[in-house]
Amino acid sequence: MTGTDTGTGTDMGAGTDMGAGAAERTPDRAAPAHPQGRGAVRLRGEGLTLGYGQRTITEALDVAVPDQSFTVIVGPNACGKSTLLRALSRMLKPSAGAVLLDGTDISTLPPKRVARALGLLPQSSIAPDGITVADLVARGRYPHQGLLRQWSREDERIVDESMAATGVADLADRLVEELSGGQRQRVWIAMALAQQTPLLLLDEPTTYLDIAHQIEVLDLCARLHEEGRTVVAVLHDLNHAARYATHLIAMREGAVVAEGDPAEVVTAQLVEGVFGLPCRVIEDPESGTPLVVPAARRVR
Amino acid sequence: MSVLRTAGGFSLAYRPRGLAVGAGCAVLALVAAVFAIGSGSGDYPMSFGQVLRTLLGTGDPADEFIVNDVRLPRVATALLVGAALAVAGAVFQSVVRNPLGSPDVLGFTQGAATGALTVIVVFGGGSLALASGAVVGGLATGLLIYALAWRQGVHGYRLVLIGIGITAILTGVNGYLLTRAQITDAARAVLWITGSLDGRGWDDAMPLLVAMAVLLPVVLIGCARALHMLEMGDDAAFALGVRVERTRLTVLAAAVLLVSFGAAAAGPVAFVALTAPQLARRLTKSPGPNLLPSLCVGAALLVTADLAAQRVFADRQLPVGVVTGVLGGGYLVWLLATERKAGRI
Repeated sequence: MTGTDTGTGTDMGAGTDMGAGAAERTPDRAAPAHPQGRGAVRLRGEGLTLGYGQRTITEALDVAVPDQSFTVIVGPNACGKSTLLRALSRMLKPSAGAVLLDGTDISTLPPKRVARALGLLPQSSIAPDGITVADLVARGRYPHQGLLRQWSREDERIVDESMAATGVADLADRLVEELSGGQRQRVWIAMALAQQTPLLLLDEPTTYLDIAHQIEVLDLCARLHEEGRTVVAVLHDLNHAARYATHLIAMREGAVVAEGDPAEVVTAQLVEGVFGLPCRVIEDPESGTPLVVPAARRVR
Repeated sequence: MSVLRTAGGFSLAYRPRGLAVGAGCAVLALVAAVFAIGSGSGDYPMSFGQVLRTLLGTGDPADEFIVNDVRLPRVATALLVGAALAVAGAVFQSVVRNPLGSPDVLGFTQGAATGALTVIVVFGGGSLALASGAVVGGLATGLLIYALAWRQGVHGYRLVLIGIGITAILTGVNGYLLTRAQITDAARAVLWITGSLDGRGWDDAMPLLVAMAVLLPVVLIGCARALHMLEMGDDAAFALGVRVERTRLTVLAAAVLLVSFGAAAAGPVAFVALTAPQLARRLTKSPGPNLLPSLCVGAALLVTADLAAQRVFADRQLPVGVVTGVLGGGYLVWLLATERKAGRI
């Protein structure tokens, strides 16, 4: 039995009626989607010290992204989760330690070669004025192209497939600036898909989206994961993380506090420990995954 | 986007509309050039046939002198300067992601002017010294702006504001240098500062031609595709495998050199670098830096502006910078007004 039945940390006994729910949940929970477990790891960080200028955010951090996992990094604001993702995608150079891709320090690899193995959806991308959806998605082919090989039939096919997979094929000739936030995010994901990388990193892909579009984007990520990609995402919403992740990494103040299967990791203690939020963890009636319910404000 | 594919897996992507705009403007530029050679300032009109015959080397000797030594170098300088300024402008606007991030606004042309004025006033040098002064001035301004605004990455407005500040300082310096000048030097300096193609010979055009022969391939062939990616932001470009810093430094250095050599040949001709890429973008209706269409638009723009400068007032010739300044300034105001409506600036 895992520790999920623990109370909220308040003395109101809020946790005592949870034992049953937790007991029910664990057997209900579907087996992790990666039966091969913690085997192969293509992307890992070793002894990462990360920071901006003088400010150090993480120190000597070790982290591994299990292959074929949907890894989600969670934690409070400023815990270093986006910083870690930036380092994993070689966007931020560690001041100590290294990010290894297939065992090689990623900063020593040619940029285009990395870009063929590892795709990234940054938080802040700018759609150039007047660009169409198809043109933007086509730019994802850049790492596969060269001066004399600017647009092959394969490029064309993969762009079409990427747009179809993300449901933006009908929008191909529309201008990106005319789209809704959710559509636009799917277009950016399509661009990252067109890169055709086995690893896909997403930095807060649901930020600024309404709830329906958040779920739409996360469902898309889950499908991309099921198709065999390793997906790594930073998410703000712990409940989304618990529902979609096969591997959860919880961070606080630059350190990994817990990692593993969300069903085992997401406990009331952990949430209180990481976010400082008293809560209960119940079973998500839809998916059977842990659901964090913040404690109600007590009125005297 | 259209594609040209050959056997062996080679492929070339292009935009038909961009190509059409480029070709159209190139034709326009050449027609204007032939017309300008034919009419000049109006003193010695030649027919179209006479001009062509002379260019092909079968004209009579008097025509040959007028064409090859007087009018052709002037027109060639106009074409080259227009093209160089336009490409530099397109590069800057693309990297800064702001139409205001053009070399005119950022103070590079003023910097080149300061260099040239220093040569005229302090050393009293000839046209080669003047050109070197302009190049040194432009490069120094580039380094200054890089040191002040670039280190922590590009922030469009910060760069534009620092550029405006530097432009103001340099304008002051230029004014001071003019007051120190002898009256004859001052007249020559003022003509140069306004941007003029008057009396340009081959020795004005040659340094620019050489610079362009080296720099344009670097920008157009070496960096154009990476520049497209950079427009999506540093992170997105980096994620796609672009060497962000290297690309940016290369294209900016090339652009600063193009502006400086352009200014060295014809003075700081106003607003071509700002206007030509914007015109090109509106004509091609396609995203990206539009380098090649900008080049053609710039060449056409400056040749026609110079033609107008020579012909609009029958009794006096204007420096071409006056025409591009009036046209470009008007265009800038229009641009700001419409962009404001579109909520961008």
